[in-house]
Amino acid sequence: MNIADHWRFSVPVFSRHRARTLLLVFAVAIGVAAVILLTSLGEGARRFIDREFASLGSQMLVILPGKKETSGGAPPMYGTTPRDLTIEDAQALAHINSIDKIAPIIAGTALVSFDSVSREVITIGSNQHLFDVRKLTLSRGQLLPNDSAEHAAPVAVLGAKLVKELFGNKDPLGQWVAIGDYKFRVIGTLSERGESMGLDLRDMAIIGVRSAEMLFDSPALFRILLQLKHPNSEAYTEQRVRKIIAARHEGEDDISFVSQDSVMQSFNSIITIVTAAVGAIAGISLIVAGVLIMNVTFISVAQRRSEIGLLKAVGASSAQVKSIFIWEAALLVSGGAILGLVLSGLGVYIAQLLFPQFPLAPPWWAVLAAVATAFVVGLLFSWLPAKRAAALDPILALQGRH
Amino acid sequence: MIKLEKVCKTYQLGDSSLKALDQVSLSINAGEYISVMGPSGSGKSTLLNMIGLLDRPDSGELTIGTQATSQLPEEQRAQLRRDQIGFIFQSFHLIPRLTAFENVEVPLMLSGMAVKPRREKVATLLEELGLGERANHLPKQLSGGQLQRVAIARAVIMEPTILLADEPTGNLDSASGNDVVGVLERLNQKGITLLIVTHDMALGQRAQRRLKMVDGKIAEDIS
Repeated sequence: MNIADHWRFSVPVFSRHRARTLLLVFAVAIGVAAVILLTSLGEGARRFIDREFASLGSQMLVILPGKKETSGGAPPMYGTTPRDLTIEDAQALAHINSIDKIAPIIAGTALVSFDSVSREVITIGSNQHLFDVRKLTLSRGQLLPNDSAEHAAPVAVLGAKLVKELFGNKDPLGQWVAIGDYKFRVIGTLSERGESMGLDLRDMAIIGVRSAEMLFDSPALFRILLQLKHPNSEAYTEQRVRKIIAARHEGEDDISFVSQDSVMQSFNSIITIVTAAVGAIAGISLIVAGVLIMNVTFISVAQRRSEIGLLKAVGASSAQVKSIFIWEAALLVSGGAILGLVLSGLGVYIAQLLFPQFPLAPPWWAVLAAVATAFVVGLLFSWLPAKRAAALDPILALQGRH
Repeated sequence: MIKLEKVCKTYQLGDSSLKALDQVSLSINAGEYISVMGPSGSGKSTLLNMIGLLDRPDSGELTIGTQATSQLPEEQRAQLRRDQIGFIFQSFHLIPRLTAFENVEVPLMLSGMAVKPRREKVATLLEELGLGERANHLPKQLSGGQLQRVAIARAVIMEPTILLADEPTGNLDSASGNDVVGVLERLNQKGITLLIVTHDMALGQRAQRRLKMVDGKIAEDIS
């Protein structure tokens, strides 16, 4: 029997048992769609994070105070190591030829006030290079002065939301705000950009790094951001930085590095594992569909016992009898897989309309895996009833008996 | 052509056993027209199923042509059945969802014949049997006589050498029954070996050779 023969033999069975057929097709379709949609979410998350990292700027290397190996975990968020990173440490790196820009960072929260309005926000102390390294753009005004690492100039750049909260419709440029116990003149406002890596860029204040040292009464840097000239100069730069900082820290290698690439790779591997796990969990619904196929094929074999006997009487081999039922399962799975692909495509399309900022996309491997799993499960689960059909005694089968 | 040598078949029915064929020996020549009669449970249908290779003897040997069949693997028996043996049943056993044409086409499908020649062959045979206009009808749209003629067409589409009919007129009125018997006899005249199991004395008497079975043995063999 060729494919067309199987088609002609099976399709009338489906139209005779429409409800049963639709149920099976939907069961497979839901399984396929679940796998594809859930893995799309994972892939969407991966792309979202990629995009976020890309927005941080390329070729960025971050120096953190503290050593991962000695603390046994992630580097501390704030400078609690025996020897802090200082502005002078950052300045000492300036002559490394692979470094393009250096942005030392002191961070903390401070109360920002204008007139009677106050708001506690994250306050970053850095220099003018921070804007390039973190791809921050101004909507108005100017950047921090070039000598922010030398002199504590009383100037600040504010995020868009902070400006709106403090000044309403007033022009913020040139106004004096209080940050903690100090007064700062607003010299610029940031463009609307939203969140970046969990930091709300619209709701923060940026001041000079020397001013932040004074404000928080601590010389400890939170991070040093380096923008490299070339993407493949990370290892060289790390080596040079370690040497210089160690020389300044009495021979102690007490810093850690985080590169954009390594963080992205870590995120990617975690998300890929989570996506695969979620896809596998969704794949369980395909196994449920397989069990349904097996049950329905058993029922079909029982109902068509006389037909099986007849086929054997007219010379059908056991393999041919088996293939009839396996082909029926394969056709059902094909229908379910096609419907599942359409449903998942529709789901992704609707989700993208509703959440355009989240780049939902079905990974190709998940589409292939969902369809392949549906076929493997369908064929495996129809095998047993098909085998039972092939083993029926033709005389008893013709009489409709076991 | 068909030779049974001391063929035995016993069915287990719970605690008791039924000897359906008891040391049956029989030779059937090519082209013979044989009727098998006897009371219910005498082994008529078992003999037919045995010759049709649907059942295997417990002991003894069945030879078709030159081929001993008792120990043949199932796949080879299926092929022999498809190529050499046609079955006709009292209750027709047509597949209800397939048209008359498709029902007749089934053995050719199983044999792997190409679509075009097999369709021509089915169409020709259905025309010969007066079913040309009923080719695209489903079994539920056909009369008893037409159903049995479709079943005959399916039985002979592979041009078998042996035609086995189990009560072929059992579910038909006398006019349809005569019509069906006429078709079978014409096939026999063309050289096909015809073996009919029947309770109908009149039909049984029409055969050239009449077997009577009692308690799993051939009690009479009249030519």
